[in-house]
Amino acid sequence: MRPRITLAVTLRVLLQLRRDHRTLAMLLVIPCLIMTLLWWMFQDRPAIGFGSLAPALLALIPFIVMFLVTSVTTLRERTSGTLERLLAMPMGKVDFLLGYALAFGLVAAVQSALAVLLSIWALGLDVAGPVWILLLVAVVDAVLGSALGLFVSAFARTEFQAVQFMPTVVIPQILLCGLFVARDDLPPVLEVLSDVLPLSYAVDAMTAVSRDAHPAVWGDLGVVVACVLGALVLGALTLRRQSD
Amino acid sequence: MTAGVEAVALHVVRGGTEVLHDLTFEVAPRVVTGLLGPSGCGKSTLMRAIVGVQRISSGTVTVFGEPAGSAALRSRIGYVTQAPSVYDDLTIEENLAFFAAVLGVDRARVDACVHLVDLHGERSKVVGRLSGGQRSRVSLAVALLGEPALVVLDEPTVGLDPVLRRDLWQTFHRLADDGAAVFVSSHVMDEATRCDRLMLMRDGRIIADDTPRGLLERTGTADVEAAFLDLVARAAT
Repeated sequence: MRPRITLAVTLRVLLQLRRDHRTLAMLLVIPCLIMTLLWWMFQDRPAIGFGSLAPALLALIPFIVMFLVTSVTTLRERTSGTLERLLAMPMGKVDFLLGYALAFGLVAAVQSALAVLLSIWALGLDVAGPVWILLLVAVVDAVLGSALGLFVSAFARTEFQAVQFMPTVVIPQILLCGLFVARDDLPPVLEVLSDVLPLSYAVDAMTAVSRDAHPAVWGDLGVVVACVLGALVLGALTLRRQSD
Repeated sequence: MTAGVEAVALHVVRGGTEVLHDLTFEVAPRVVTGLLGPSGCGKSTLMRAIVGVQRISSGTVTVFGEPAGSAALRSRIGYVTQAPSVYDDLTIEENLAFFAAVLGVDRARVDACVHLVDLHGERSKVVGRLSGGQRSRVSLAVALLGEPALVVLDEPTVGLDPVLRRDLWQTFHRLADDGAAVFVSSHVMDEATRCDRLMLMRDGRIIADDTPRGLLERTGTADVEAAFLDLVARAAT
């Protein structure tokens, strides 16, 4: 692993993103709009509303967005031949993966910061625990999305296929993460399934931070980090220097 | 003299069919070797095997004495694929600066390579807005960044203006004069005369490996296209 190369990849990805004004604007503005929409929906029903769903949504959005962005970006890198070129150069797979993770982690941090701060200051979200932990969970969560997106991009030949992995990989996790039915109340089989899906832990951590002044999030966060590392290892396996 | 590339009994199978059949050849340093043959005859696969990105089924390919694809070779080979492998959403300058950072070469080398492919005036243009020929020259410039000892170029002159094509061939010869082994493929037989040495390929087999002059004398033909036809006809009888 060489920091010079990792950093070069990070800077390049950020530069590409900066060129693409529309994507950048959407990445930063849409999460804020969604939080505002959620807040608006519950305007007339404050009792059940915004406060209990917002933390889960703050975990979901960076995960979904980064999953999509990364799977399409890395697919493009695979199909344009630039990945093959890089792997024929003195480029470590870890350098490549970390470079991407760093770039998208940074974007996710900015994205989540905007959505979190808007929710707290403008929309009146009550967060009992420290706000920085909320942000940290959001960033780890976004990196998880990136890592999974990178992994699944190996199984797609076209961008059409790549976006189909969103309903395949992401929606079941949203359904089972406790947002719709508390995880304890799921049928036993689904409860077990929910226990092995990483997004469940991210949402648990978010909910804990918002409810508890001294939240016990490190266990949940540890599971998410382990899943990130696992997904990165799987992603590295799909970066082949040789093809058949 | 040690060979740049040495292949012995090379077989490659892709998707269940054998595309390279028992190839044995050398690519020498200090000369420009041309690999000529029709589209689909296996030129790209052969080049990929040398660069080490194509899994080989049997036989050996060594480059500067090391097995093709070994880590030690990665900084010594410049490889240009048929489709330009550069980032369309970055400028020429940004593309080169990125690959230079990966290779660990300095800015001066970036400048030199931009000049080498004659794109100095366009360097701050976004690659996606360039013409096809300009794009492939950006890709070529990236391959030359690391001052490679082996340059593998897959159809680098397709669709280029004749003046530029002549200039690029001069560049290839300059690289060879500086000591590199230059291996260039083309499906245009006219380009054969620009090579020091020729390998003619058809259906995954090398049907001739000679100097252009030697090939014409041996077949008693006036141009490489006729020589190719002659060799195919002889093989058929």
